[in-house]
Amino acid sequence: MKNFSGNVLFLDRSDINTDEIIPAKYLTEISKQALKPYLLEDIKLEGFNPQRDVKGKHVIITRANFGCGSSREHAPWALEANDIHLVIAENFARIFRQNMFNCGMIAVELSGQTIDDIFKEFSGKETHLETNFENNAFIITTDGLHKEVSFSISDFDRALVMTGGWVEYADAKY
Amino acid sequence: MGRTIAEKIFDAHRVDHPEKDIHVIRLDAVFCHEITTPVAVNDLVSRGKDRVFDPDKIKVVIDHVSPAKDSKTAIQGKILREWARRHNIRDFFDIGRNGVCHALFPEKGFVRPGYTVIMGDSHTCTHGAFGAFAAGVGTTDLEVGILKGVCAFRSPSTIKIDIAGRLPDGVFAKDVILFIIHRLGVNGATNKILEFTGPVVDAMSMESRMTLCNMAVEAGATSGICNPDMTTVEYLWEFIQDDHADKESALATFENFHSDPDARYDQIIEHDVSRLEPMVTFGYKPDQVKPVKEMASTKVDQIYIGSCTNGRIEDLRVAAQVLKGKKISDSVRGIVSPATPKAFRQAMEEGILKTFMDSGFCVTNPTCGACLGMSNGVLAEGEVCASTTNRNFNGRMGKGGMVHLVSPATAAATAIAGLITNSELYKG
Repeated sequence: MKNFSGNVLFLDRSDINTDEIIPAKYLTEISKQALKPYLLEDIKLEGFNPQRDVKGKHVIITRANFGCGSSREHAPWALEANDIHLVIAENFARIFRQNMFNCGMIAVELSGQTIDDIFKEFSGKETHLETNFENNAFIITTDGLHKEVSFSISDFDRALVMTGGWVEYADAKY
Repeated sequence: MGRTIAEKIFDAHRVDHPEKDIHVIRLDAVFCHEITTPVAVNDLVSRGKDRVFDPDKIKVVIDHVSPAKDSKTAIQGKILREWARRHNIRDFFDIGRNGVCHALFPEKGFVRPGYTVIMGDSHTCTHGAFGAFAAGVGTTDLEVGILKGVCAFRSPSTIKIDIAGRLPDGVFAKDVILFIIHRLGVNGATNKILEFTGPVVDAMSMESRMTLCNMAVEAGATSGICNPDMTTVEYLWEFIQDDHADKESALATFENFHSDPDARYDQIIEHDVSRLEPMVTFGYKPDQVKPVKEMASTKVDQIYIGSCTNGRIEDLRVAAQVLKGKKISDSVRGIVSPATPKAFRQAMEEGILKTFMDSGFCVTNPTCGACLGMSNGVLAEGEVCASTTNRNFNGRMGKGGMVHLVSPATAAATAIAGLITNSELYKG
């Protein structure tokens, strides 16, 4: 299993599309690692500088409909190349969400209220998130603040994460 | 309890039901292009699983960057070409025979009512126009599709979009779908299927239905779908005539997939389009839509007519009708890319290409290039394009460029005026 804990990158906007996560001009790359420098290069987000703000982050917390648009799995690969294996959002576009689990990564949906609370309490502060995958819990911490949030994940998605993705799962089963 | 067309297709293809909301279905076709497939091929090779489930059910095209624009795109084509050869994939469309996947594959008769189709391309939803379940997937799903001929989906919960009335002159399927996306929002149909019904859909050609279904994903939908009818049969007849005694019996077979009158929908939206106006997007999301007249006098630098949304012969005919005998503005550049060799040839034979060229348009070969800012019409920073494509995302057609999505008629009128313009101004 991959690592699902680390410092948090907050992206305070809904509808971040896969063209913003990884622009089409980089889709000519055929290695996942080559995508690393270009993650979130075209994102429209006030005050955000991908070169400065992505480094050292391993978890993304964002708003609604993350990963909409193109089916490009290059979006999760660009995250993976930056050691980001967990995205938490109010909800996801279908293909992006499936791509995450298919790669053995996690896309977790939390209620709009919970996401809102997390943004209010932690956004703008150096924040760490610890994932307890067995007990379905995130422990979010910053200076003097500690919050535990439970999440749910389906058995099917859990199996994909445990086996490392859909190729091995499907080839063994079908 | 009745079932929707999507539920019937799922029931006919289900091979596993690993949990309540997950269905693993058998695939009738797996479509491939050179952007998302090479990584799947390389991964299969590295896993020691370089196999295909059925070479006759895999259809391959090089379309996104064609001809190759640099070494990297040349390598993508090479990987695909060699892979198709070593697995005896006969339906491989290389340059000269290639076109935009979602325009080319329907023309070849590869999609039939009741089929299940995946492709590593979000606009695969286009093929739902034929009464098939067709969905875009990522590279890993594509890889498993190639290897095992299966894919996993959530239950096909459906939103019915009932389109009533009659489309006014100068208003097209593109205007209808832009309006529907505006109503639903970019997240309004996530994990749902949009089933398009009603007299306006019944009266539409297959080309228009493809335009409608093509943009279902822009509302977040897994797919769009239309119930197959005689229009579907007529379009497919040359490919299916050996399987059916006559057109009526083909129709009767396909009608088995029709949604039942008592099928259960997640939501039913009715809209009368009799007073719909030509629509255009503003901003960076495809649900930011308003009537063209409210955007009139917006200056543009480039006009693009083409893509899997609006690069078919019907679209070229409409645009040429507006352009006939007129010149495009000196302040704009016009680019038209017929989406397939067949559409290109038809446009040539019907004098449509001449009309485009006489008006000042550049005619390019079939390719996806400009739509996603990869080749054949990339925008510079600060430039504005009126485009018949499907996405107005920030940077989509080139970093710092602005895209306004329109119908081919509006695109042609805009080319003449140099400003976003309603095609009614250039009527007759």
